[in-house]
Amino acid sequence: MKRSLKIGLGACAVLLLGVRLALAQSDPTSAANAYVDAPHDWQMWFPAAGSPMQAHIDWLMQYVLWIMAGVVGFVGILMGYAMYRFRASRNPRPGHVTHNTLIEVTWIVVPTLLLAVIIIPSINLIYYEADDSNPYMTVTVTGHQWYWEYNYNAVPGLDYTSYMIPDNELKPGQLRRLSVDHPLVLPIGKKIRFNITSSDVLHGFYLPSLGVQRYAIPGTIVTSWTEIPKAGTYYGECNQICGEGHDAMPIEIKAVPMADYLAWVKVAQADYTENTVPASPLSSPLPRNQFADAAPGAASPR
Amino acid sequence: MSSTTHDTEVAHGHDAHGHAHPSFVRRWLMSTNHKDIGTLYITMAVVGACVGGVLSMIMRTQLMYPHNTLITDGNEWNAIITAHGLIMIFWFVMPALIGGFGNWFVPMMIGAPDMAFPRLNNMSFWFLVMGFIFVMLGLLLGHGAGAGWTLYPPLINARYSPGIATDFSLFSLHLAGISSLLGAINFIATILNMRAPGMTLHKMPLFCWAILVTAFLLLLAIPVLAGAVTMLIMDRNFGTSFFEPAGGGDPVLFQHLFWFFGHPEVYIMILPAFGIISHVVSTFSRKPIFGYLGMAYAMVVIGFVGFVVWAHHMFISGISTDSRIYFEVATLVIAVPTGIKVFSWIATMWGGSIEFKTPMLWAMGFIFLFVIGGATGVVLANAGLDQELHNDYFLIAHFHYVLSMGAAFGIFTGFYYWIGKMSGHQYPEFWGKVHFWTFFIGVNLTFFPQHFLGLAGMPRRYPDYPDAFAGWNFVSSVGAWISGVSTLIFFYILYRIFTSKEVLADNYWGEGATTLEWVVPSPAPHHTFEDVPVIR
Repeated sequence: MKRSLKIGLGACAVLLLGVRLALAQSDPTSAANAYVDAPHDWQMWFPAAGSPMQAHIDWLMQYVLWIMAGVVGFVGILMGYAMYRFRASRNPRPGHVTHNTLIEVTWIVVPTLLLAVIIIPSINLIYYEADDSNPYMTVTVTGHQWYWEYNYNAVPGLDYTSYMIPDNELKPGQLRRLSVDHPLVLPIGKKIRFNITSSDVLHGFYLPSLGVQRYAIPGTIVTSWTEIPKAGTYYGECNQICGEGHDAMPIEIKAVPMADYLAWVKVAQADYTENTVPASPLSSPLPRNQFADAAPGAASPR
Repeated sequence: MSSTTHDTEVAHGHDAHGHAHPSFVRRWLMSTNHKDIGTLYITMAVVGACVGGVLSMIMRTQLMYPHNTLITDGNEWNAIITAHGLIMIFWFVMPALIGGFGNWFVPMMIGAPDMAFPRLNNMSFWFLVMGFIFVMLGLLLGHGAGAGWTLYPPLINARYSPGIATDFSLFSLHLAGISSLLGAINFIATILNMRAPGMTLHKMPLFCWAILVTAFLLLLAIPVLAGAVTMLIMDRNFGTSFFEPAGGGDPVLFQHLFWFFGHPEVYIMILPAFGIISHVVSTFSRKPIFGYLGMAYAMVVIGFVGFVVWAHHMFISGISTDSRIYFEVATLVIAVPTGIKVFSWIATMWGGSIEFKTPMLWAMGFIFLFVIGGATGVVLANAGLDQELHNDYFLIAHFHYVLSMGAAFGIFTGFYYWIGKMSGHQYPEFWGKVHFWTFFIGVNLTFFPQHFLGLAGMPRRYPDYPDAFAGWNFVSSVGAWISGVSTLIFFYILYRIFTSKEVLADNYWGEGATTLEWVVPSPAPHHTFEDVPVIR
């Protein structure tokens, strides 16, 4: 009796372990691990564009920055030449010209034309960024002190919280101050709208590699959108001062192919829905990470 | 105009012409003399710069390495960044440029015996001192006031920032605001009414133009800040909900009010520096300023347009698409009058006979670094790019290029230009140049790499950051320490100035310096003009 119980328990344990291993192997978000768009040492330019929006921003940035670099270079050369040519030792007798209508009009007209050259593509980008119509899906992003909450509007009850991994719990491969316990999982190649809000103070939903940034403001919803062509892991941070944990609420996005995303939704629904709290801009500011707090070893969506 | 009235009024106390010598208390605590009050303001600015500077050294030391443990409490960090911003703006840049150089030189340049309201002048200074005590209490009490210098609710509300410290910081802005407002009224009354006969507005020196425009900006912007701060204090202490969504208020409303003040404030900090640079460039090129009227009205236009661009600080606060386009275009327009100023400075140098004394070096540094800061300003004004760059280190680099290099270089330009007139002793030329070059290298090393950090996506107001940002942060901190050492050189220069026995001529810069402060002795006597000067 006792012995058979032991054998039975042992068999159960082996079975459970096997199931867990099988689950781990079939992590539906594993496709995102192949490509990681994170900041790198001595980086001097934008992150690799993870979305068409970021590619547009990158293009306009280069366009404007080259024009302005030309202006700075021109002013620098003029100044340098004037300092060299008209130094006292070389030009002991100063001139007395204080007016030249042509040149004074020129330095009003030319900068105005330069501005026009900047403004036209810039306005196109503003309209492009503002067009959040006809999304494939909408995620409501709620900032809390000091974690993010994601609510998948189209999936009944799918709502979970995302905390930074504390420095002392980092596992190999995780990035300090960027990796989170439950990343935001999104399908690739689809337009995704973010409805951004907050439950307490202002936060900033900032995804540099996707070119998305909006304040999370309590009492109102601010929208933005993205579309991620390539499966991968993308990072972001809170970018509006929100109290003592301001630097400890990063954003991690796992973008995966549609089939994997749908598989993940099933797992996630099973894992998360019990703990669902409806997202509301004025909901309680109390921590709501019951899932992570109550069952630290439970199967995670990673 | 009313020189006799003022002479009789001050005859009891202040007289450098060999009559009664006022006691220390009477001269410095109850001063009604524009030069003494100017000196007090400059002293305040030195104190403010030291406190704000020590705070920045603490911040840069913390950020030198990721996972640094100098400051482990996020609240403490937030109190430091908040106090750094407030102190550098209200107790360093503004008292140095407006209260300090403005008080010292505006009456002299327009040939007036003193400011229009000498007692009001004294009062505005002591309000500022009270404000400084309050902002220090806001830094030091409890957890400190830690909502950032922009004071955004709801973080600043009683629920998220409990404790008296935040109230002290808010009240400090009321005190500094009253101080600035009274000062602005005084400058406007002085400049409009007390110019010497013959000095029309169109003959007035550009520094006076700069202070006049600045005073109007203060007059219109400070009351809006006062209203917004009052509403915050009411929300915190008296249960109102102006900015509290649960009570029907709107946090974004505060952002509108704050930046309606905050953007003109940017020009309040830089216009007086523009004025100083014009004088120095003209003096050391030994040539009158090029395009005087264009220069004066460029400042008027900058001041005017500066009032209608405020929401470019709010591109990602959910304002409408059309608002984003309007505020972008209006902001970019400011580049045109700013360009007029830069090109006119260069045109002033063109054909001149340029001497590179220390003030001229600072002025050249100002122009070039301000152009870099202006260029990144044009980048940030693009709402579409701001979606990526807002609140990251690219922005920090931008506004330190126009403030830490713009306004601060303007202040040092004015200091080296006028210290002989103010103290009667000249600075040591060699050490002045050493100060310039070390500071120039230091601030560029500090702030240029911050552009890269911002592009890579490092947010502002972080006491700790992802490890990939370590490299440029280290370089930036090394730069900050170089600037810190450079500031010690400045204190050595101060020591040399005040122990110098050298006697200075009235106009120690020679023929290039043409404004009225150069016709009086160095140091300027207590009563500048015994006889009202007449301008041709």
